[in-house]
Amino acid sequence: MSVSHDDVRRVAALARVGLDERRLPALAAELSGILDHMAVLARVDVAAVTDLAQEGEVHLRPDSGPPIPLLRPLPTFAPLMRDGFLIVPRLATHGGEARHGESPGAPVGNDRPDEEDSA
Amino acid sequence: MTGSLVRAALDRAASVGAGREGLNILVAVNPHAVADAESAAARGGGQRLLEGVPVAIKDNIATLDTPTTCGSRILAGYVSPFEATVVERLRAAGAVVLGKTNMDEFAMGSSTEHSAYGPTRNPRDPCRVPGGSSGGSAAAVAAGIVRIALGSETGGSVRQPASFCGVVGVKPTYGRVSRYGLVAFASSLDQVGVLAQSVEDAALALGIIAGRDPRDATSAGRDVPDYRSAVRRAATGTTPLAGVVVGRPREYFPDGLHPGVRERCDAALNTLAELGATIRDVSLPHTTYAIPVYYIVAPAEASSNLARFDGVRYGARVQAEAVTAMYDATRSHGFGAEVTRRILLGTYVLSAGYYDAYYKRAQDVRTLITADFRRVFAGGVDLLFTPTAPTPAFKLGSISDPYEMYLNDIFTATANLSGVPAISVPIGTAEGLPVGGQIIAPHFGEASMFAAAAALEHALEHSPGAPPPSAPAS
Repeated sequence: MSVSHDDVRRVAALARVGLDERRLPALAAELSGILDHMAVLARVDVAAVTDLAQEGEVHLRPDSGPPIPLLRPLPTFAPLMRDGFLIVPRLATHGGEARHGESPGAPVGNDRPDEEDSA
Repeated sequence: MTGSLVRAALDRAASVGAGREGLNILVAVNPHAVADAESAAARGGGQRLLEGVPVAIKDNIATLDTPTTCGSRILAGYVSPFEATVVERLRAAGAVVLGKTNMDEFAMGSSTEHSAYGPTRNPRDPCRVPGGSSGGSAAAVAAGIVRIALGSETGGSVRQPASFCGVVGVKPTYGRVSRYGLVAFASSLDQVGVLAQSVEDAALALGIIAGRDPRDATSAGRDVPDYRSAVRRAATGTTPLAGVVVGRPREYFPDGLHPGVRERCDAALNTLAELGATIRDVSLPHTTYAIPVYYIVAPAEASSNLARFDGVRYGARVQAEAVTAMYDATRSHGFGAEVTRRILLGTYVLSAGYYDAYYKRAQDVRTLITADFRRVFAGGVDLLFTPTAPTPAFKLGSISDPYEMYLNDIFTATANLSGVPAISVPIGTAEGLPVGGQIIAPHFGEASMFAAAAALEHALEHSPGAPPPSAPAS
């Protein structure tokens, strides 16, 4: 099995590992060498093995990788910002630390930032 | 009084040079170890099984008082917010965590050379590797720092270093021990294992950490036998193995086996026969495929498990303008060469066009390897005896070809692939270096495995070929 430089680039992109181009030849040679040893498995008689795919098909997704949630524009999940910080709703567990006259049981989901807790 | 064992262990660590400039065994020392021993004794009343006993923990098992880095730059300084169940259970039995031990990065290696902390050296011969990936834990026991250490097994990472360092190493049945708090490498293979100075110590420790854990869905609900009693019974009488059939699988004794290893194994088989066991030649014909299967399945699972280390959720981050560039840079900088190689290999065998030829094929052959064990055990064989590793410990830096390194797992990976338990016990030396013999049992057959190992250990204890005993920790 010969692994090309493009193969290495492709799997590195899928694995989200940045590679220095200078490492490609060595990695391609190492992966090719390892996979050569795996070729022996093609000669094994596996007829006796229950084919799981017949019992319940394995659904494979395309090689594009899972979505990256953080690629969405910031305003779609963090509409309020100040000084480079995201402003998040006040949590119920912060109730006991309320300041500026807020009652300890201030409603969760208050999207108006508390001045001191907003960062 | 009860801090004395911990102090002695710390003194021993200092005297053998367990730090980075020496054998490089401990990557972190618990700063509260002595205080922990004293306060634990006050609470436990001195009646617990491991009261005040120092234990060492592999650096991929979560602890609260020291970082858990898996020997990787990507987790430098990371402190887990929770503790592994196995550590909790050891503490509940009175044990004190002395510190964390060096390891191949993310448990990927057979020599403990692939660590961000640098290589660990074998206490028996510092020019040689201790084996891996639990090389630091094996070395901690071999150097006499602790009597018991935890390691982890995916393809032989407890048994092979145990063999190289002349200590006992146990890989339990898949599901016997909780993996909650063990950083995942290959989830269908991983198990927490024990390294110890004697079979009885190993049996004691496994008995403490084994059993169902609701926080690990793969842990089994079966009762945990009294392994220590099984060990003690086996160490008495002249023929404690009477009626036990021990299989000698021919595939584990190939022509190229190191002659010193073969000689020690043949002698051990003779000893087992003298102890009353019947030795029977058997065949496990798919053994020859274990390494190709293992090095497809394990990297495939690793490529998925290690996706979580992306600079967002854990450990180190390399800043970049775009989030995808940050992922790439963080993982490129954070992972070492062997981990990167395996992530790429795993991604390759799972990718479109190669999945059936590699991953699915490997899973099919894995089923055949498991069927080999089931057939032999169903045919009247109680246990199997094999070498643990094909050679004694090799010199640091002497193996550069990745596949040649992978072949170190040739006699151990089968137990992980099939889920059966196995133990490595010292059976003598070859060229002055320790040699381990492996006893493999059916699923959840740890009690009989420990019994045979204890009988063998007891019989070999004063034999001329036995490795020198480790200096005790206290």
